[in-house]
Amino acid sequence: MTTILTYPFKNLPTASKWALRFSVQTKTKKTLAKPNIRNVVVVDGVRTPFLLSGTSYKDLMPHDLARAALTGLLHRTSVPKEVVDYIIFGTVIQEVKTSNVAREAALGAGFSDKTPAHTVTMACISANQAMTTGVGLIASGQCDVIVAGGVELMSDVPIRHSRKMRKLMLDLNKAKSMGQRLSLISKFRFNFLAPELPAVSEFSTSETMGHSADRLAAAFAVSRLEQDEYALRSHSLAKKAQDEGLLSDVVPFKVPGKDTVTKDNGIRPSSLEQMAKLKPAFIKPYGTVTAANSSFLTDGASAMLIMAEEKALAMGYKPKAYLRDFMYVSQDPKDQLLLGPTYATPKVLEKAGLTMNDIDAFEFHEAFSGQILANFKAMDSDWFAENYMGRKTKVGLPPLEKFNNWGGSLSLGHPFGATGCRLVMAAANRLQKEGGQYGLVAACAAGGQGHAMIVEAYPK
Amino acid sequence: CSEPRSRYIRRNFTESSALLTRTHINYGVKGDVAVIRIKSSTSKVNTLSKELHSEFMEVMNEVWATNQIRNAVLISSKPGRFIAGADINMLATCKTPQEVTQVSQEAQRTFEKLEKAAKPVIAAISGSCLGGGLELAISCQYRIATKDGKTILGAPEVLLGILPGAGGTQRLPEMVGVPAVFDMMLTSRNIHADSAKKMGLVDQLVEPLGLGIKPPEEWTIEYLEAVAITFAKGLADKKISPKRDQGLVEKLTAYTMTIPFVRQQVYKKVEEKVQKETKGLYPAPLKIIDVVKTGIERGSDAGYLSESQKFGSLAMISESKALMGLYHGQVLCKKNKFGAPQKDVKRLAILGEGLKGAGITQVSVDKRLKTILKDATLTRLGHGQQQVFKGLNYKVNKKALTSFERDSIFSNLTGNVLKVDMVIEAVFEDLSLKHRVLKEVEAVIPDHCVFASNTSAFPISEIAAVSKRPEKVIGMHYFSPMDKMQLASAVAVSLKQGKVIIVVMDGPGFYTTRCLAPMMSEVIRILQEGVDLEKLDSLTTSFGFPVGAATLVDEVGVDVAKHMAEDLRKALGERFGGGNPELLTQMVSKGFLGRKSGKGFYIYQESVKSKNLNSDVDSILVSLKMPPKSEVSPGEDIQFRLVTRFVNEAVMCLREGILATPAEGDIAAVFGLGFPPCFGGPFCFVALYGPQKIVDRLKKYEAAYGKQFTPC
Repeated sequence: MTTILTYPFKNLPTASKWALRFSVQTKTKKTLAKPNIRNVVVVDGVRTPFLLSGTSYKDLMPHDLARAALTGLLHRTSVPKEVVDYIIFGTVIQEVKTSNVAREAALGAGFSDKTPAHTVTMACISANQAMTTGVGLIASGQCDVIVAGGVELMSDVPIRHSRKMRKLMLDLNKAKSMGQRLSLISKFRFNFLAPELPAVSEFSTSETMGHSADRLAAAFAVSRLEQDEYALRSHSLAKKAQDEGLLSDVVPFKVPGKDTVTKDNGIRPSSLEQMAKLKPAFIKPYGTVTAANSSFLTDGASAMLIMAEEKALAMGYKPKAYLRDFMYVSQDPKDQLLLGPTYATPKVLEKAGLTMNDIDAFEFHEAFSGQILANFKAMDSDWFAENYMGRKTKVGLPPLEKFNNWGGSLSLGHPFGATGCRLVMAAANRLQKEGGQYGLVAACAAGGQGHAMIVEAYPK
Repeated sequence: CSEPRSRYIRRNFTESSALLTRTHINYGVKGDVAVIRIKSSTSKVNTLSKELHSEFMEVMNEVWATNQIRNAVLISSKPGRFIAGADINMLATCKTPQEVTQVSQEAQRTFEKLEKAAKPVIAAISGSCLGGGLELAISCQYRIATKDGKTILGAPEVLLGILPGAGGTQRLPEMVGVPAVFDMMLTSRNIHADSAKKMGLVDQLVEPLGLGIKPPEEWTIEYLEAVAITFAKGLADKKISPKRDQGLVEKLTAYTMTIPFVRQQVYKKVEEKVQKETKGLYPAPLKIIDVVKTGIERGSDAGYLSESQKFGSLAMISESKALMGLYHGQVLCKKNKFGAPQKDVKRLAILGEGLKGAGITQVSVDKRLKTILKDATLTRLGHGQQQVFKGLNYKVNKKALTSFERDSIFSNLTGNVLKVDMVIEAVFEDLSLKHRVLKEVEAVIPDHCVFASNTSAFPISEIAAVSKRPEKVIGMHYFSPMDKMQLASAVAVSLKQGKVIIVVMDGPGFYTTRCLAPMMSEVIRILQEGVDLEKLDSLTTSFGFPVGAATLVDEVGVDVAKHMAEDLRKALGERFGGGNPELLTQMVSKGFLGRKSGKGFYIYQESVKSKNLNSDVDSILVSLKMPPKSEVSPGEDIQFRLVTRFVNEAVMCLREGILATPAEGDIAAVFGLGFPPCFGGPFCFVALYGPQKIVDRLKKYEAAYGKQFTPC
């Protein structure tokens, strides 16, 4: 592990050179098309700039952000609104007023009010769930054109009254006489007013995710320095990609009453010395996960246009990529909370009949540096593979030079419900740009779940 | 200081280990930190024995003498076990109190040296840190513990009738304050890592690790060691202070305890409470209070001296010998003497009868056994399920479980699946009912399934008479309340319910019921002679029984007692006579079934704490009144009439081969029936009191009453 990390990211060869080198390799499979199953393609995908929560988006509501992504998608693809069969959005922390945020956003974004929409939730892989739901609908012939996306607005979260207060208020509503009301009011205590914040912890274990990530890092002997190095890599690569204009999925968003936001604002390459000064954020004082090597609370939305291949071609589109095999996994939410990619990767590769070597672009969700590196160590460990995965040999490491080359959730940001689409678009755009054929997207999620999907470049 | 911390796991330290290989303790040097690892190769747990003690001194002397070493970490290499306490056998070999005092003083000196050494030592605690282990840990300058369920700290010496004899009584008050120290040492409760942190018993917690690149338990210990090393460096560099910040409440308590008058009041209150609870039968708690008091009021020199002397005298008296005997017996009864079962029991069915069935269910689901609970009616089944849930929820309120774990455990309670490996029947004690149930069950269970009858009186051979496959029918008897009491005596079983198990031969009343029944019969006789209930109860509790004799009948159930008495008298004859069973019969007919029906000898009401006599029983007693025999009726004789009948029957069971060993008999009597623990069980009692004196007593009572007292 240390050897790949000490590989200086600054000296990474440019993408085109790599493309040259890998295009001479022969793939184990020419394509992943399956007989008698419709091919599903990504026509295009967009996202709003991802912003640190509490910045320019802080006065919006989630459906405003989602609407911005949807409008952006309409502009980018010029898809006629009446051909869209269905809209699916992922979100995690729900605004109670707009619990079906997909519908509220679509109505305001100029989609037809005849297009049904629903919202899904699966923690950090909610957008992945939105996409794969769409894939299922198309592959089974139920729909031809789907818009899938995700949204998260961490600037505002539903803070509730305590259960006791809520009960009192509901009972008061039902009380008929003044006497009943007075007797209810007499039960009021000041501690009823203590608010209930949405828990950032795992419901089943009451452990916060950062805490779990710190333990995971320690369990896989990931050092603080390694984590800081990885975070620095993510920020540096994101900065480079932003500067070179590679993040083409970002669409500008004119925030009402504020300036037009054009780019992500969480990318902050720092120095190892600066990062080393931070104190651990979760396990104090000896932990290793800090604010600098964790993903930050983010506002953002994403949307993708997914179609049956023949429909896209008939409409004259040139798709970007195929969405191929995908896999959901889940494991113990306490000690394996963030190991989803380790479990999902070999399974999806096996399902598709590919090997690690066939993959040209890896796009893994970076919840924490420690989580990514722990996954690397798990994938690189024969002992882990034998004892916990029932495999004879280790999964193997994804080569770092193909891994999250345009930055990741640590630097670009991680709006829980929207990240999945960003990952797929990054993989698709990288394959287009770098000339590879297969991309692998993987992510972990609260609840001990995980997802992986193969993205195949659409032939030029 | 983040740099060394961040690299802790990279193992940049080169470790040089001492050449000498010892049996219990070894150490290696990492940089300037000595890592002292305890791993007794001779036993499963680490105990502070003479050998370990001397090896520890050797190692410490080397550490202190090596210039390169600036500080040390003390850790156990056994996952889940730090030091379980001092070696009890070490005390058993001592012949005089002076010898024991010497052992104590040696330990005191070692720990004092450790405490005052210029090179700080950090105790890295994972697993049980009890008794002498705790005393060692608190002599270190800093304590780090893993925050998991297995890490417990405590001073259980009082359970063995002794006191912490290696400086614990002197150091603990300073660390946790006087009120908390009494609570710790007098109740001997186990303190989990996080509450230990709150009390100030440990300074830092380390999170346990899940799966990773090595087995989690091993890896957690290595992680603990690595974290402890960074803290050791921090301590040596004075970047970390061993002093901890006290909360406001703590500061206030500490302040009030500086007022002599307040202290005197605290001592007085605690002494009163101890007197009330022990009825003067157990000397250790009072001595503990005394020693702590001496240390605080007259300085540590006097305190240490008093500690070692009292330790010496306590270790030699009969109460501590009895309690230590019980401890050994218990260890013995937690082993499975029959080897691994042919087939693991994974699915279990439990049939009926309220409290007991639910109790067995709870201990089973708790151990992740898929359990089916069945009862005759939906309402009764509902009660059973509710009781299991209540039991689990209680643990949630105590923070021993999360609500999620509760739900997940509760999901082991399943519905109507009949592919079970074992059926435990807990229906009412009625032979024809038990026969019916057995036949019905046998019609649907698979061939390998074991049928266990939860009976306290019927011989298993009688129950199995209607079975198609009597070799698969066994008996199991659980003592209630199931989840708290420590004993499940069974005729043969390999369940994982975490019970202390004794195995007895088949026979009417087996062992425990057989011992209890003659005593119950004597209770009736004594009541018939006009001794009032409360006096009888106070006589039995002052002898050391946890509940009074009349209360015991109420607890067991008057109907159950009646069944027991009738069946055993039929089977075993006159020895079970004495009291007139008519008393029980009449009480049952009036519905006075004991606590469960709300009325027995006493009246039981929800939310009413004090017990009131059930005056309706008086009239029955009056009608059955018998004249007392003055020569054998004073208080002491009443106590001995009860106890000698119990003991006589126990010895009979051993002689007949019902019991395999006296140790098992002692354990079952103390933990199952509440035989006074200060006597260590009926067999221990015979040894302590003197067999001849007991025979003499029996003969005296035989002359007055007849054959039920004939010594065996």
